[in-house]
Amino acid sequence: MAAAVGVGQQWVLVEMVQAFYEAPAYHLILEGILILWIIRLLFSKTYKLQERSDLTPKEKEELIEEWQPEPLVPPVSKDHPALNYNIVSGPPTHKITVNDKECINFASFNFLGLLDNEKVKNAAQASLKKYGVGTCGPRGFYGTFDVHLELEERLAKFMRTEEAIIYSYGFATIASAIPAYSKRGDIVFVDEAACFAIQKGLQASRSNIKLFKHNDMVDLERLLKEQESEDQKNPRKARVTRRFIVVEGLYMNTGDVCPLPELIKLKYKYKVRIFLEESLSFGVLGEHGRGITEHFGINIDDIDLISANMENSLASIGGFCCGRSFVIDHQRLSGQGYCFSASLPPLLAAAAIEALNIMEDNPDIFQTLQGKCKRIHRALQGISGLKLVGESFSPALHLQLEESCGSRENDVKLLKRVVDYCMNSGIALTQARYLEKEEKCLPPPSIRVVITVEQTEQELDKAASLIKEAAQSVLN
Amino acid sequence: MLVAVLTYVGYGVLTLFGYLRDFLRQWKIEKCQNATEREEQKDFVPLYQDFENFYTRNLYMRIRDSWNRPICSVPGAKVDMMERVSHDYNWTFMYTGRVIKDIINMGSYNYLGFAQNTGACQEAAAKVLSQYGAGVCSTRQEMGNLDKHEELEKLIARFLGVESAMAYGMGFATNSMNIPALVGKGCLILSDELNHASLVLGARLSGATIRIFKHNNMQSLEKLLKDAIVHGQPRTRRPWKKILILVEGIYSMEGSIVRLPEVIALKKKYKSYLYLDEAHSIGALGPSGRGVVEYFGLNPEDVDVMMGTFTKSFGAAGGYIGGKKELIDYLRTYSHSAVYAASLSPPVVEQIITSMKCIMGEDGSTFGKECVQQLAENTRYFRRRLKEMGFIIYGNEDSPVVPLMLYMPAKIGAFGREMLKRNIGVVVVGFPATPIIESRARFCLSAAHTKEILDTALKEISEVGDLLQLKYSRHRLVPLLDRPFDETTYEETED
Repeated sequence: MAAAVGVGQQWVLVEMVQAFYEAPAYHLILEGILILWIIRLLFSKTYKLQERSDLTPKEKEELIEEWQPEPLVPPVSKDHPALNYNIVSGPPTHKITVNDKECINFASFNFLGLLDNEKVKNAAQASLKKYGVGTCGPRGFYGTFDVHLELEERLAKFMRTEEAIIYSYGFATIASAIPAYSKRGDIVFVDEAACFAIQKGLQASRSNIKLFKHNDMVDLERLLKEQESEDQKNPRKARVTRRFIVVEGLYMNTGDVCPLPELIKLKYKYKVRIFLEESLSFGVLGEHGRGITEHFGINIDDIDLISANMENSLASIGGFCCGRSFVIDHQRLSGQGYCFSASLPPLLAAAAIEALNIMEDNPDIFQTLQGKCKRIHRALQGISGLKLVGESFSPALHLQLEESCGSRENDVKLLKRVVDYCMNSGIALTQARYLEKEEKCLPPPSIRVVITVEQTEQELDKAASLIKEAAQSVLN
Repeated sequence: MLVAVLTYVGYGVLTLFGYLRDFLRQWKIEKCQNATEREEQKDFVPLYQDFENFYTRNLYMRIRDSWNRPICSVPGAKVDMMERVSHDYNWTFMYTGRVIKDIINMGSYNYLGFAQNTGACQEAAAKVLSQYGAGVCSTRQEMGNLDKHEELEKLIARFLGVESAMAYGMGFATNSMNIPALVGKGCLILSDELNHASLVLGARLSGATIRIFKHNNMQSLEKLLKDAIVHGQPRTRRPWKKILILVEGIYSMEGSIVRLPEVIALKKKYKSYLYLDEAHSIGALGPSGRGVVEYFGLNPEDVDVMMGTFTKSFGAAGGYIGGKKELIDYLRTYSHSAVYAASLSPPVVEQIITSMKCIMGEDGSTFGKECVQQLAENTRYFRRRLKEMGFIIYGNEDSPVVPLMLYMPAKIGAFGREMLKRNIGVVVVGFPATPIIESRARFCLSAAHTKEILDTALKEISEVGDLLQLKYSRHRLVPLLDRPFDETTYEETED
């Protein structure tokens, strides 16, 4: 059979050669031309789509000579409102000396008054004596101290989650956590009033960002439904696209809380994960200060990741994320601010641990703080020219102008006069600062009013009446 | 050549085993050790793709005990480490409660030896801590600008020889929050291949176009500069608004020093701006510790933006940027960190002030100068001895960061463990911080290391090197000449 096949093949070959001889001339010539054309195309140079510059070296030199870059930074006018900082002499505690004036502090986020606490300072001193100041290394390379491990355990236990991870800077916490999970192609639904750190985290993650109106669950549901219909068109892509909702417990820019129970319902309905940023609500809301999940009575495992900074209630520096080990452990290798940065100085970690101890031992300070917040919220209602923005139990409120006077610059100047009036009379306030060109949804200019547990009722009343006076004199 | 082949073979074997184990785990023949998703969320889109974590699960887990070693003393020349054991091949660790004492610390960034818990710095910091407290609770532009910060910034400006300076709470954040303030869309960033993650993140967040030039390669940089100015922006051909060159003083994984004179010459010729990240080189280079600019004898005004961190040579935390007054005024107004992030903690500020004054000699003693000299001596001695022993060392002769090549994945774990058995703590690095076949061990020298400590360490390194066959070098050098300008790439090549 092989022989037969061989003969068959031979026979085909013979036929081919015969056909070749018998073909008409023009046929052969045409085929020859085509073959030559193919060879030419194969060996000719490929053309780039952008035309090569045919500039001579002399012309290039001229172009290089002529090019003038912009100055590295544009000049800043001397009286730019953000250039002249308030100088605080001494510690920024309850009684603060700002610009050589003694005032009562209504501007530092020292909600539980732990900045000045002797026990906290002593714990930090002990740590300083044992470890020195710096850690001289990132967590991976001999920068992990037993204090860090202890703080992580304590935070996890306090928040009743499986694991916690510490960062050495509050801003870097959420800005590193979001890009660790959400990558290009994933979808994030974020509230319009999210703080700048969240915005930077989202920008670093390169995911698709969908903004929904502040605290508007209807708008969020609309976006989720739109996404669902998109998914049905392309189910294979939908199966690998991760979805997240990023909200804050207590919004820094508006002073109100997010409707967490509705968010949980939406989470399970549309299969989206929730990242909760609790910088302001940690140590403020809830019966024991565990934040907004305790405030609403929600199972903490329903939230995939809680991130907070320790610079507000805990009066230290740094931040932490807590949640289930499944989620948190990933950040130990892919959280940029964790892996590539030096760890938190041990004295600050020890201060945070002591602050946590105090929080656990005195759960009544949260109620006291809430009482004071409610008091000043009532007292600041009805000021002519200024409106109070924020929930009654929020310790960080905003006073915005009722009517803008046309331009943001003038609004800022007007508010500055109110702030200066108050500072001259002994109440330290500050305007809320924003980067006007960088924010996605710039909040209107406002004065920040911060309530701490150390302020007495007389001081609260004094502050309220002083602000009323200032508003009267400046705005009318 | 042989080494390269064996390295690839090593990785190949590990990968095969990895697939096998994943297969077994999937079919539940082997117990799955890592944490899993909640029952209620099993039908959500998975949070991690399986292949993303392949490396983590199968390669990293095996040698995980070389990293994240917890210590419980000051990170000086000798350190105490908490002993930890793993009964399930590194999936979980347990602390036995014992402390391994007096491990020679070759891993902490303690270049000038300021990581101390006694002495002038610590006392000053303690005083400030009791007066000011630990935290600040506000941002620089609101209520967080203390008089201490102003004092610190004036001191930094004097130390560096620039007009003005500004300090920030975190070194990583200094880069990632200030580069976006300086450049934006329509600008060009030329960044070195091996730049740190913070520089890369800052460049990405700024929205400018990023082009990468080969590590320390001036021809590559010049070509990019020429092309950029001549051709303009990619499609519209508009001229670039600004060009910013990002380089580091000492590269932490290579140990190489940037060719600063040539970079400055190029920068001047092509009218671009230079951003110098001196995280590792400030305090560690230069006859009086002023960094790489002093090392080369150049004028600090030639560098447009001098950035550095306080974590390494000053034993504190945080970062700074120094430059002309207009630059710093602009950053005070528009830097993301000044508006949204907390300022430095007061005791940390005091530590920086005291240590900086000590280095400058303003506290009346010569302690600072001695430290700088001791570090330089230690560097030269250590590098010379290692080369004589026959290891392959990367980096410049004068850089206190000494990477020793290991190449094969199995040796990464073995080196770390063997050195720990001999009471020396080293840092080993593999993928993804380095290219996959160039894993290394990295030594960070310190002024706190005495000659005896270095000799002990060298003896042990030589022993382990013989045990693991790490002495790859074909040439046994007898280095005599000081070569500060060349040799920014590795000294020896294998074939």
